Amino acid sequence: MTEATPIRILDNPREPSFRPAMDYLIDKRAQQFPDSDDFERLRVQSKQLKQAALSNLPALLEQAEAAMVANGIQVHWAETIEEAQATIHQIMLDTQATTMVKGKSMVSEEIYLNHHLEAHGLRAVETDMGEFIVQLAGETPSHIIMPAIHKSKEDIAALFQAHLDVPYTLDVDELIAIGREQLRTEFEQAGIGLSGVNFIAADTGTLCLVENEGNGRLSTTAPDVHVAITGIEKVVAHLADVPKLIRVLTRSATGQPITTYVNWIHGPRKPEERDGPRAVHLVLLDNGRSQLYQKERQQESLQCIRCGACMNHCPVYTRIGGHAYNTTYPGPIGKILSPHLTSLPDTPDHPKASTLCGACHTVCPVGIPITDLLLDHRAQATLPRREQWIWRFWSMFNRHPRVYRMSLGLMLRLYPLLPKWLGGWTRHRAAPALSHQSLGQKMAARPKKGVQSGAAS
Amino acid sequence: MKQTSKQAAIPADVYVFGTCIVDVAFADAGMDAIAVLESMGIRVHYPEQQTCCGQPAMTSGATEQARAVARAQLRLFPEPWPIVVLSGSCTGMFRHHYTQLFAAPDPDHGLAIDVSSRAVEWMEFLASCPPLVSRNATPVKVVVHTACSAQRETNTRTATESVLGHWEQVQVVTADHATECCGFGGTFSVRYPDISNAMVTDKCDALLATQAERIVSSDCACLMNINGKLAKRQDALQGEHIATLVRDIVLGDRHD
Repeated sequence: MTEATPIRILDNPREPSFRPAMDYLIDKRAQQFPDSDDFERLRVQSKQLKQAALSNLPALLEQAEAAMVANGIQVHWAETIEEAQATIHQIMLDTQATTMVKGKSMVSEEIYLNHHLEAHGLRAVETDMGEFIVQLAGETPSHIIMPAIHKSKEDIAALFQAHLDVPYTLDVDELIAIGREQLRTEFEQAGIGLSGVNFIAADTGTLCLVENEGNGRLSTTAPDVHVAITGIEKVVAHLADVPKLIRVLTRSATGQPITTYVNWIHGPRKPEERDGPRAVHLVLLDNGRSQLYQKERQQESLQCIRCGACMNHCPVYTRIGGHAYNTTYPGPIGKILSPHLTSLPDTPDHPKASTLCGACHTVCPVGIPITDLLLDHRAQATLPRREQWIWRFWSMFNRHPRVYRMSLGLMLRLYPLLPKWLGGWTRHRAAPALSHQSLGQKMAARPKKGVQSGAAS
Repeated sequence: MKQTSKQAAIPADVYVFGTCIVDVAFADAGMDAIAVLESMGIRVHYPEQQTCCGQPAMTSGATEQARAVARAQLRLFPEPWPIVVLSGSCTGMFRHHYTQLFAAPDPDHGLAIDVSSRAVEWMEFLASCPPLVSRNATPVKVVVHTACSAQRETNTRTATESVLGHWEQVQVVTADHATECCGFGGTFSVRYPDISNAMVTDKCDALLATQAERIVSSDCACLMNINGKLAKRQDALQGEHIATLVRDIVLGDRHD
């Protein structure tokens, strides 16, 4: 997958835009953080928790592994997405399962798990309603929290009618009931369940998973085998840290003080227990994260707890939707994370596809300075030759005030005579109206005196 | 509301950094801003050698060129006077990025800290001075477009509210999605013209929907973007630098 054509963001706003859906999420989040000082306090606390964990990441991962193994969780390390695919594939073969039920997991998207399993004749069934819809449509999630946010009620009704042999209905409750009925059968029959992980507590070896539909709980408890997969950055030092992070995660993501389900997974079924999986596996994925970990500035993107608030508040995401990014993680966080994922080709345009408005980092619950990191990416990138020359010329012009003044004066005089075509700018806008005389010229033309009289001119 | 800064005595001297965009496209507004300062009895010093703060190159990743141009500006303000900057995001450049651009051990690190600590956006500067007396009682309904940098890097938003709040005849109305970016973003508007257009279209619609008589902003880059769209659509209004509005209120009607 490497060495391929760079991934680009297309200049293609969607019609209709996501704006109403995003506005709804923005409002719900705002209601949960009515006081900006409180939010700032929570944000500093969460940021410190994540930074403390990251600063001690190698040791915490070892501690977490030991604690999980003691709890009976089998831990697998995957440096690449191929290793992660192979590990899960092998677990599935060992389990003799042919169908996997899946709770929501962006890391499983990152390793193209469904595609890999299907290529080997195995079934993966998405059980999160949004993911289920996206899978039926043969698509990928367009948002990390709301995978099917790009689908209308009408789209979903048509999909269900076409794929599930049910009558067309626009009743949302009926649509959900249809989906649930399908999924019940899958939960009963699947031999293996997969889930993501929101946090790993190193001290107790506990996996924490938040969700609203109960499909996460079913995926992790109904089948005989549960495989969890996540990135190595999800470990925190203490179980007691997790509620503090959940508090900002769910509020930022969906505007809920807490999700309907919070799953705490300690290990497989104990001899005296009547249900639960007989085996629990955790796959820890690297895929570039440990390289990112060594980069002083960019490392901060590993603090991300995947709430999606940066997407909801991003005016660019709102106009183009998640698929336009062509990466697993869309939106502002995707722009700073995707360049580090070794499974992906280059994404040279991603850091440029931003106005640097800062809406993302204003709401980031763990204080990732997204705009600064975008700037850092731009500064690190090698500019195309044409742009290098433009900036060299620009610098020469602006470093020599006499050249600047003379050429500016000439330009302002000629400007009214020039054709008003400035590429992409004038496709949608009139050319800028320039001053007849620059401010510098006007100031230079004034009689030299100190204070003006102070009266009206 | 938070007080942006303590109201201090009016300084006798200030530097004005016009910014390249005011120099080229908003020169009259620049003169209005200076006229208001001078009406307060301030001696305005306009360093002739000034060009650009360096922001366009910095945000485009041309750090070396940005640094070279910014370094030339650092030397223009030898006296310990405030540096009043006439456009919003350029103030943010002075205030937040110069210290990083000239991080130690750069020989100009100390100078950059000094210059950045004195940089103040024009509206912030007014808010830090005693309220200005109005000479023009004509009621006016205005909508303010607050640049992203003004919300994130400077206190322009609260300063604007406090300054315009002094004048009863000024009715300030809020546009829908007021805090959303106008879609300019420097080279973004040229790299992604259609996305940028979707944003500026929504912005113009929201501003016009307020039925305000004047659209004002402290950020000329946003204004160039918004005005380009308004003009292309042949809408009746154009956005103005907020200095033009303040000049009309403080110095009365123009006779020219």
